[in-house]
Amino acid sequence: MLDISKDTNLLDIRSVCRSFPKGSGEELLVLEKVDLTIHSGEIVGLLGRSGSGKSTLLRIIAGLIAPSSGDAKCRGETIAGPPNGVSMVFQSFALFPWLTVLQNVELGLEALGVERTERRTRALAAIDLIGLDGFESAYPKELSGGMRQRVGFARALVVHPDLLLMDEPFSALDVLTAETLRTDLIDLWIEGRLPIKSILMVTHNIEEAVLMCDRILVFSSNPGRVAAEIKIDLTHPRNRLDPTFRQLVDSIYARMTQRTEARTPAIEGIQGTGVGMILHHVSSNVLSGLIETLAGPPYNGHADLPILAGHLQLEADDIFHLGESLQLLRFAQLSEGDLMLTDAGKHFANLETDARKKLFAEHLINYVPVIGLIRRVLDERPSHTAPTARFRNELEDYMSEDAADETLKTIVSWARYAELFAYDEQSELFSLENPH
Amino acid sequence: MALQDIRAPALGQVLRPNIWDVVALILVIGAMVLIVYGGEQTTLPLSALDSSPVSLDPVHLPLYALRTTMRMLLAIVCSIVFTLSYATLAAKSRRAEVVLIPLLDILQSVPILGFLTFTVAFFLNLFPGQVFGAELACVFAIFTSQAWNMTFSMYQSIRNVPKDLDDAAQSFHLSSWQRFWRLDVPFAMPGLIWNAMMSMSGGWFFVVASEAITVGNTKVTLPGIGSYVALGIERRDLPAIGYAILTMLLVIIAYDQLLFRPVVAWADKFRFEQTASSSSPTSWMLDLFRRTRALRALTLPFAAFKKVISNLHLTIPRRLRISVKSRSTSRLVDALWFALIGASTGYAAWRAYQFMSATLSPSDVAAVAGYGLVTLARVIVLIALATLIWVPIGVWIGLRPKLAERVQPMAQFLAAFPANLAFPVFVVIIVRYRLDPNIWLSPLMILGTQWYILFNVIAGASAFPSDLREAAGSFHLKGWRWWVKIILPGIFPYYVTGAITASGGSWNASIVAEVASWGDTHLTASGLGAYIANATEAGDFPRVVLGIVMMCILVTLFNRLLWRPLYAFGERRLRLG
Repeated sequence: MLDISKDTNLLDIRSVCRSFPKGSGEELLVLEKVDLTIHSGEIVGLLGRSGSGKSTLLRIIAGLIAPSSGDAKCRGETIAGPPNGVSMVFQSFALFPWLTVLQNVELGLEALGVERTERRTRALAAIDLIGLDGFESAYPKELSGGMRQRVGFARALVVHPDLLLMDEPFSALDVLTAETLRTDLIDLWIEGRLPIKSILMVTHNIEEAVLMCDRILVFSSNPGRVAAEIKIDLTHPRNRLDPTFRQLVDSIYARMTQRTEARTPAIEGIQGTGVGMILHHVSSNVLSGLIETLAGPPYNGHADLPILAGHLQLEADDIFHLGESLQLLRFAQLSEGDLMLTDAGKHFANLETDARKKLFAEHLINYVPVIGLIRRVLDERPSHTAPTARFRNELEDYMSEDAADETLKTIVSWARYAELFAYDEQSELFSLENPH
Repeated sequence: MALQDIRAPALGQVLRPNIWDVVALILVIGAMVLIVYGGEQTTLPLSALDSSPVSLDPVHLPLYALRTTMRMLLAIVCSIVFTLSYATLAAKSRRAEVVLIPLLDILQSVPILGFLTFTVAFFLNLFPGQVFGAELACVFAIFTSQAWNMTFSMYQSIRNVPKDLDDAAQSFHLSSWQRFWRLDVPFAMPGLIWNAMMSMSGGWFFVVASEAITVGNTKVTLPGIGSYVALGIERRDLPAIGYAILTMLLVIIAYDQLLFRPVVAWADKFRFEQTASSSSPTSWMLDLFRRTRALRALTLPFAAFKKVISNLHLTIPRRLRISVKSRSTSRLVDALWFALIGASTGYAAWRAYQFMSATLSPSDVAAVAGYGLVTLARVIVLIALATLIWVPIGVWIGLRPKLAERVQPMAQFLAAFPANLAFPVFVVIIVRYRLDPNIWLSPLMILGTQWYILFNVIAGASAFPSDLREAAGSFHLKGWRWWVKIILPGIFPYYVTGAITASGGSWNASIVAEVASWGDTHLTASGLGAYIANATEAGDFPRVVLGIVMMCILVTLFNRLLWRPLYAFGERRLRLG
């Protein structure tokens, strides 16, 4: 399967960049000089944190957005609009709720102008293949999540695409359903029963990537770049408990935490610096809970990320966000796929609520520059109030409007917990006054 | 008419009036003036209608009811066609949007009954001496009462099509035509149907009012329930009024059962939700159609037609993504487009000024403004009174599910019932007891529209979460505190929705409510509605235009400065769940 010559390249991506307008009007680069080639007969995974531009790349390949620069070709033709021979499976399923299963599956064929009887035959065959027999006349809202995503697969397969694009197709499903669907898909793939040549999937689930892909491209964030390419030579069906499998997963975890350190100053040990840091919204309750968990047995202050993620039933992406928030606040440190509590973190775990709030406030002021800034401005002003817009503008010099929104939300919730300053949602004002 | 279907009337996007509102207002005035200008050239008597006058014999009522219903149907079809094209154009073209949407907003506040003056003149001249012209004028009047909120709803739906479905439609190569029928229309369907239902409710009022109308020397009496009532008033025949009310009740019930319930039940599949809801609307009529082979066969041609239409391969070249190169040409087209809008606005303003300044002086404007304030005061007082009466009753009913289930359809039904049919009953009382028309004619304005407040409050109270009620109960919250802290905030968004509809309807109703007659006794309450009505009867077009413009401005300001901020506040802070 891996014996390929140049002309069978399904997809050729050459130094593709993509930027979006920032809140301040300038451009924010989300994808920088990405190269990617896909041959016939392989499953390729794009693995990365949220915001690493992997979904943007998938949308460029799907012809839904254009690259800002660079060259994107599908079967030798430059991609302008959705290319023929490429179809897509969506994270949210994207089924038309007013069409039955059969009508949803037939939709793509209708658009291609396929004649009625052939349309019906092919649709029924796809429904049969994907295990939806008997559900033809059901509406999507009558189906469970797993069944809905099967409809999504049938709809994408029925047009017999060369390349199947999958945008986190299992992440909206519960653990068991997702696993069934993954193995069903892999079974069909190795039996050669899928009417497709290759699959390109986006995921942030490390184990899923190792389980399904022949090749994994690991993306780094801000801006999105291909940080590493990993070949998986394990034969299907793969066993999650196989030591080689575990080793691969561990090494990718390590690589991904390494990356987060590599792009920040080593001494500071925090992601990004200054006011322009994007703060992901993590509730202070979750942070306290995680610190307590880490401090207690069996971790005793030191946890292996894949194990912690498994124990807490969290996606890799979530555990990274939590770890990074703790690292930012100097309550823990991330390295080589491990999360270790600092002395401050261990101290925090033993404190009562009010003392915790005090320690949290201290760390916020010292280690989160934007919170320190807001507090300083509030202290200096005679009125002790300041409009949110002032800080929002500053944030939008560095990040998109959405990221600025999330950062502000995080600031408000952390500051409220630490009782550093108050926020009035209606007037959008920060102030030092807390109601008594 | 399910409880959960209560939602906001279509509202514009912006809160404060901006330059586009002014442009739209002037364009509307200009168009009206031009229509009148055309209409003034010739005025012909309608001899055709005089030869077969309306009769008060109740035997004719079913036939009259049928003709009235046909007008309604024709109007709703026109409204749907208009909605599909206008809303789509506004949603898909940025340049069209800046003009079309403010225009729609202004059109929404134009008092339809004043508008009638011009349209009757216009259509009568289009088909001189033919009944057809008068029929069209009537249908057009109903159309103008129905189309705007439907169009707003459709526009907002198209703008809010979920991103993933949009992506899916693109990536499966649906053409823009297929996409329109497969994605945009189905997604907009629930909102569109709800608004069509509200429009129909409002429409009965206008069909009745526009069947018998006098414009200057032209008297048009189209056979229908409205003209039957008009004749009854002229002849002081109270039993005839009673027959008409009864017929109308039956017609509205039939309409609801035979047309709207089936449509609502059918459209349930278009509701955009990922889980099956516990209760879905039902209709015996739809079940009949679905289960009966013969009836089902009747619908097949429509289904086939729809299929053919939606699968037509109309390939409009795919809209190319804006590249850096085309930005400068795009800017040039923008400039030309805005220049064109500017020129049309200027022309419209100039024509309107010329038309009005020929006969009107500034003192007229001041007088009209005064009348406007009187009517404004009436609307405010009446809404306040209706609120005081119906909010407590609505809450009381809404918190009792069994009762609410029975009362709710009645309230919705009363909102649909054209209150102007019942006006004579009140006028008789006022005449008999020599009451002051300035005070006692006023309640007629809100007679038909107060029910919107009632059924929205019922819906709000029914939807109030029982755990919050139980929490309030367990903390022993009672009396005044319970009302202010618990239930009033809970129903606030619903109340505002109802009050917006009620106040809009009251402005419109003032044109028929501030002047009333019984035989040869004429009652007038001074106000803007009476001003417009009297000017219409006298055929004094400049004064009609002035009156309409004043009402338009007052309604728009009233909405922007009071209702929309309240609505926005309710949506942001008080929406539960």
